[in-house]
Amino acid sequence: MATSTKAEVSLPSDTEILITREFDAPRHLVYRAWTTPELITRWWAGDHGEVTSVEVDLRVGGAWRYVMTATGGFEVGFHGEYREIVTNERIVSTTVFEGMPGESSVSTLMLAEAGGRTTLQLLTQHTSKQNRDMEINSGMESGMQSSWAMLEQVAASLG
Amino acid sequence: MARAATTTDAFNAVAEPRRRQILDLLAAGELPVNDLVARLGVAQPLVSKHLRVLREVGLVDVRDEGRQRLYRLHAEPLKPIFDWVRAYEQSWSRRFEQMDAVLADLKESERGDDSSGD
Repeated sequence: MATSTKAEVSLPSDTEILITREFDAPRHLVYRAWTTPELITRWWAGDHGEVTSVEVDLRVGGAWRYVMTATGGFEVGFHGEYREIVTNERIVSTTVFEGMPGESSVSTLMLAEAGGRTTLQLLTQHTSKQNRDMEINSGMESGMQSSWAMLEQVAASLG
Repeated sequence: MARAATTTDAFNAVAEPRRRQILDLLAAGELPVNDLVARLGVAQPLVSKHLRVLREVGLVDVRDEGRQRLYRLHAEPLKPIFDWVRAYEQSWSRRFEQMDAVLADLKESERGDDSSGD
């Protein structure tokens, strides 16, 4: 069945994050999972909590907003606007973390299909290194909350 | 925490794609600069410049052997960066695993649609 592949994160520059992941599915389905509210609800929170609201107005200039109730009980919201849409291929959108309303990043989703599998790339461009680092730190914090054991394992594997 | 400054520097050092390439090559073993130049296919002064940056942040060690200068990887300064990014990576991995489940369902229902259409 679905081979579990790891997400790969790289940092192409001081202000960017690039996430790459391969899926065992054609790209129109990955695109559907990425853009359909009922489906986003099923995956977007990861193991950080429950998705409580997803609004998607998928057109250039249209708005999106995702809200989750995190494991600690507090609400975390993100919203933004679609800037460019190429169905099944590419979406450029802005993202504002509602805890830091003054700051906005720009994300580019790219989907490429080969042999029935899809490579997803998500490039996020922040306005400063500080904001970029803060996004990475958010993973650190939630990772620590959800599983110390996992972190220890990772640290151990690095020797 | 005395490492903080170094971490930032090592971090900046690996942000440059050519320097990451050099680290990849050195991960396989010690190399003289000429071999690096040949394998990278770029001019020696540029390679030397990158090596200098990598040495300054402690990612590369150098020793003289005869007339050759041999470079080798010293990966330890990278560990805090890996730890830092890895947690972020894992949080995305969880999301993507849940997307795998969504995609399995979508494939299933598409297959169902196909067979009913045949």
